Amino acid sequence: MSDRVLELKDITLQFGGVVAVNSLSMHVDRGEIVSLIGPNGAGKTTAFNAITGVYVPTNGCILFEGKKIVENYPHGKMKKLYAGSDNGKYTQHIEPTPDAITKLGVARTFQNIRLWKTQSVFDNVLIAKHLRRTSNVFTATFRLNAAEEKKQREETAELLNILGLYSVKDQNCTTLPYGLQRRLEIARALATEPKLLLLDEPAAGMNPQETLELTEFIGKIRDDFKLTVCMIEHHMDLVMNISDRIYVLNFGALIAKGTPEEIQANPTVIAAYLGEDKNA
Amino acid sequence: MDSNKKRDLAASVILIALLFLIITVLEQLLPKTSMIFTVLKKGSIYALVAVSMNLLNGFTGLFSLGQAGFMLLGAYTYGILTIPVSARAAVYQYYNGGIVQFALPVFAAILLAGVVAAFFAYLIGLPVLHLKSDYLAIATLGFAEIIRAIFQWDKIGALTNGSNLLRKFPIFHSTLFPFAVSAVCIGIIVLLINSTYGRAFKAIRDDEVAAEAMGINLAHHKRLAFTISSFFAGISGALLAMFQTTVQASQFKSAMTYEILLIVVIGGVGSITGSCISSFLFVACSEWWLRFLDNSDTFIGSIHLSMLRPGFRKVVFSVVIMAIVLLYQKGIMGDKEFSISKIREKLKKKKAEDE
Ligand SMILES: Nc1ncnc2c1ncn2[C@@H]1O[C@H](COP(=O)(O)OP(=O)(O)OP(=O)(O)O)[C@@H](O)[C@H]1O
Ligand SMILES: [Mg+2]
Repeated sequence: MSDRVLELKDITLQFGGVVAVNSLSMHVDRGEIVSLIGPNGAGKTTAFNAITGVYVPTNGCILFEGKKIVENYPHGKMKKLYAGSDNGKYTQHIEPTPDAITKLGVARTFQNIRLWKTQSVFDNVLIAKHLRRTSNVFTATFRLNAAEEKKQREETAELLNILGLYSVKDQNCTTLPYGLQRRLEIARALATEPKLLLLDEPAAGMNPQETLELTEFIGKIRDDFKLTVCMIEHHMDLVMNISDRIYVLNFGALIAKGTPEEIQANPTVIAAYLGEDKNA
Repeated sequence: MDSNKKRDLAASVILIALLFLIITVLEQLLPKTSMIFTVLKKGSIYALVAVSMNLLNGFTGLFSLGQAGFMLLGAYTYGILTIPVSARAAVYQYYNGGIVQFALPVFAAILLAGVVAAFFAYLIGLPVLHLKSDYLAIATLGFAEIIRAIFQWDKIGALTNGSNLLRKFPIFHSTLFPFAVSAVCIGIIVLLINSTYGRAFKAIRDDEVAAEAMGINLAHHKRLAFTISSFFAGISGALLAMFQTTVQASQFKSAMTYEILLIVVIGGVGSITGSCISSFLFVACSEWWLRFLDNSDTFIGSIHLSMLRPGFRKVVFSVVIMAIVLLYQKGIMGDKEFSISKIREKLKKKKAEDE
């Protein structure tokens, strides 16, 4: 039996009249690498933002490991503006903050790198361990949590070692080359001890050699950390190489889904997306 | 790295011990009324409130303008709770001796001064910290103004003595007292900043969206920083009451908050040592070094400096401040800390370059 880690049901997300995501249903099973592709502005990042609690969807629900974590229905101002069809299936309003969803085991990286710019490489990862603390502000201030602090530092060092960032650990994170900054974002996400990792264009700005390395790297961390991965990417060779399944979005709506072979042969996809100069 | 940290810690301990020694010696040598004691006392009190403001503005990225209000709460809490029972009839002469008819020990009252300020901060933070951070500045500024008015209201005069002074509460005589209390409090703030919570505060300051995505509960952590910052502002308010020997709500104007903000900016937003250094410089300038400018009978040789008159000090002071802000846009220390090991490293580097 398949083990569903993430499931989106009829997710619509509107910004006023702009329908960024239109009735999107998709799922990711445990251990899979699933890609979300589509032209610029298709709504991919917005879908991630709905999963991670940054935006509340206008309609639909999201389940993580079978448990409902987000649900909404068109109400208030959105009642008039709502552009979708299935109105009435969802009746609850569940709107957690992003940190609560991260605590459940969903971690993400950002399309435009968002490291903590004044912090060292080491501290960027260490801070992401904060959410797994057992200390409170009193015990932490008076160093009654020394054992936990030591453990977190060791785990951070180990993580940096695995990701090949240990040699630069004391540098300020902004001094790293672009590729390593992206890698540090992945390290930081892993530090939160996720079950599901969401990568938003991890290969953006990388050359073919770096992209190839990244392909292996994502496969490796999936196995090493027993992760499930959902990834937004524009580099088609990376997507086709690594994905178990692919979802294709265009103007917010799902236009195709399937294995890499099926997607490559799908005429709608070719017309909407692969036909463009994107796969260069 | 670790040995450097230990060395820095040892160096700061020695430095503080040395300071205490110097103050003790000075107190033996100089007359009690010497200006230097005023500067040291007030400077250490301002250092504490400046560091508490820096915890918020510099380390958590929240902008609050309520410092004077929280100091007022601290000062009043301390005053109300420590006036000896025998003196209450005289102090609360218009209010039948007031409603509080007991006196707490000094340290318990100082602690409660912090707790009361923190409690009000917590209440303000509940609705406001969910909003964008500019609202905190507006809300705290408004709070400080309102609280100042309320404390002068004669309907609650039995508690606050209305617009009359609170006086006759225990005060300190030695400069060591405010120094020690401030040093302990600043020490605790430094410990907090270097703990896992302090790191989370810095993450919120650097990038809120990323911090939240990495599981840091924004509302909770902002409320923590705000409450703790106000706790220490309350304690410094209690110390200020002791320093001034009297308390009156009308002293805690928003100008006081701006003075503290200025100290933080001059010292460097995000630098604890910067805030401490600039507190003493600020107080020394405004209370001592520029005093002669107010004296209209100053002569250089036989030339009468006719420009000098009462109030001229403030003009020069403003110019000095503007010059500092223009020349050192990031403050004296930027966001760096003063540390012996860093200076050693620099010297070593220089030596290596020279060879
Ligand atoms: N906060 C917002 N307010 C208003 N409109 C938004 C907001 N965020 C995204 N949009 C709109 O939603 C649509 C989808 O944007 P989104 O960022 O999800 O696209 P994307 O598929 O990630 O594209 P890209 O490949 O360029 O990253 C766009 O039309 C965008 O302008
Ligand atoms: Mg995007």
